[in-house]
Amino acid sequence: MLLPAIVLTLVFSYIPIAGIVIAFQKFQPTQGLFGSRWIGWDNFIYVTRLPGAYQVVWNTIYIAILKIVVGLAVPITVSLMLNEVRRDFLRRSVQTFIYLPHFLSWVILGGILIDVLSPSEGIVNQLLTSLGLEPIYFLGKNSWFPYTLVMTDVWKEFGFSTIVYLAALTSINPALYEAAWIDGANRWRQAWHITLPGMLPIIVLMMTLSLGNVLNAGFDQVFNLYSPQVYESGDIIDTFVYRIGLIDAKYGVATAVGLFKSAVSLLLISVSYWFAYRFANYRIF
Amino acid sequence: MAHHTSWPRKCFVFFNSTVLIVISVLCLFPLVHVLAISFSSSSAASAGLVKLWPVNFTVKSYTYMLKDPAFLKSFAVSVNRVLWGGSLSILLSVITAYPLSKNSAALSGRTFYAWFFVFTILFNGGLIPWYMTIKNVGIMGTMWALILPGAVTVFNIILLLNFFRGLPKELEESAFMDGAGYWSAMWRLVVPLSLPSIATISLFTLVFHWNSWFDGLILMNSPDKYPLSTYLQTVLITTQLAELRTEELRLFMEISDRTTKAAQIFLGTLPILLVYPFLQRYFTKGIVLGSVKE
Repeated sequence: MLLPAIVLTLVFSYIPIAGIVIAFQKFQPTQGLFGSRWIGWDNFIYVTRLPGAYQVVWNTIYIAILKIVVGLAVPITVSLMLNEVRRDFLRRSVQTFIYLPHFLSWVILGGILIDVLSPSEGIVNQLLTSLGLEPIYFLGKNSWFPYTLVMTDVWKEFGFSTIVYLAALTSINPALYEAAWIDGANRWRQAWHITLPGMLPIIVLMMTLSLGNVLNAGFDQVFNLYSPQVYESGDIIDTFVYRIGLIDAKYGVATAVGLFKSAVSLLLISVSYWFAYRFANYRIF
Repeated sequence: MAHHTSWPRKCFVFFNSTVLIVISVLCLFPLVHVLAISFSSSSAASAGLVKLWPVNFTVKSYTYMLKDPAFLKSFAVSVNRVLWGGSLSILLSVITAYPLSKNSAALSGRTFYAWFFVFTILFNGGLIPWYMTIKNVGIMGTMWALILPGAVTVFNIILLLNFFRGLPKELEESAFMDGAGYWSAMWRLVVPLSLPSIATISLFTLVFHWNSWFDGLILMNSPDKYPLSTYLQTVLITTQLAELRTEELRLFMEISDRTTKAAQIFLGTLPILLVYPFLQRYFTKGIVLGSVKE
């Protein structure tokens, strides 16, 4: 039963891992993996000398960490608020609406955002100008672009995370609230002393697991929203690899950068799973 | 629990509900706005008159899109891909998760196999070696390139595996006692009992296939093989007006870029909206299954 999946995984996951040797070659597709010339660490050295290479790493980390922080804070707040709603209808409708964007791709959302955020005809800037403010070029200015990425990413994903936290809340024993009620605790105190601690394990889990994403700033999103004028603030490792690898066809160099990312990510993920296992008793399977 | 509704409590409930409603509206607002644009006349759209309701209602953009051969072709590619890719991936998830849900006594080397799959989410070769592999396998430019590389989804396998494990062992033991083998136990007992979780991963898989665009962009060597998401990526994000023929260009001017794009966005979203009610029903369950273990 395992055979088909094992074969497919070998071909499409393990052969590419072996293909990492490209990073140490002056790879020519015509000469193949075995015919290309070995050049040691030259590709890595070449990248470190590229102008903007450090900027790309910095952008990646900066955008990813902002996303992680805001992406934790917003859903936790919203799930606490939703937990206080007693009207089933309101609660369910809010849930339905907030996680819809999660299921749409960044192509669709990119198309929507490019229209909505356009400085000339976008509705957001129409609103800003009608309030007497200057229009903002959200997707075309380096001072705005990273924050636009963070905001729109949170817009897409916070509903999904909110559901995860809400699911954790259902496991809190209602007797705790009754006991607190009898002891005279008001709602704020109940939320603070029962609901929040009840969510703590899942919060810790989400925090530790997100550590593995520090080098994942979101290829799909950036690729569909960025443009050459915001490379300075918005170019990330993944988009950089795509451009030097598949557009400029510098295969060896792109593989080297990819390897750097994979290796650091492996380290981070291992550490985060270890933490998750240690502090949240989390196992993958 | 008794509730006494004091003034501060009332204020809080009002404030809380209002904020939540505002948040929901903010989530939906851009989608509704684009939908309104797609049904508006191009002059109203480019003059910025459209807010949340179509101005000078027209379905011109839609009739234009539905006559566009490139759009229709990519739509067909997407449907194909979702059906074939989706079913293959779901089938593989089930037959892979089932043996892995057994303990090491029943399946020797179980831990090894499990790590064999999990390792691929921890570490990968990166974009270029992956691309080169697919090129060398020789499936570039065919439907297989969209189906096979992503067919094994470790996340779904783990989700199912954890669900299978939660089923009472006695059921399966009695089936074995009656002479059933692993295959028939799986098809006739485990799968029917696990339909909710299989439905969950099926919906995830279908949405994933519908939304995937990057593989189409780099693995399909000509635009007429693009799935819809990839086609939309090229027209919405990087439109090349130069490639349009003059006759098309004239029609293009009439309906304006903006309303067409809005119509394309909406048509690309429609299938997701159609399965959304089902997604919703299963998906909370799915997350709970995946994240909470005894």
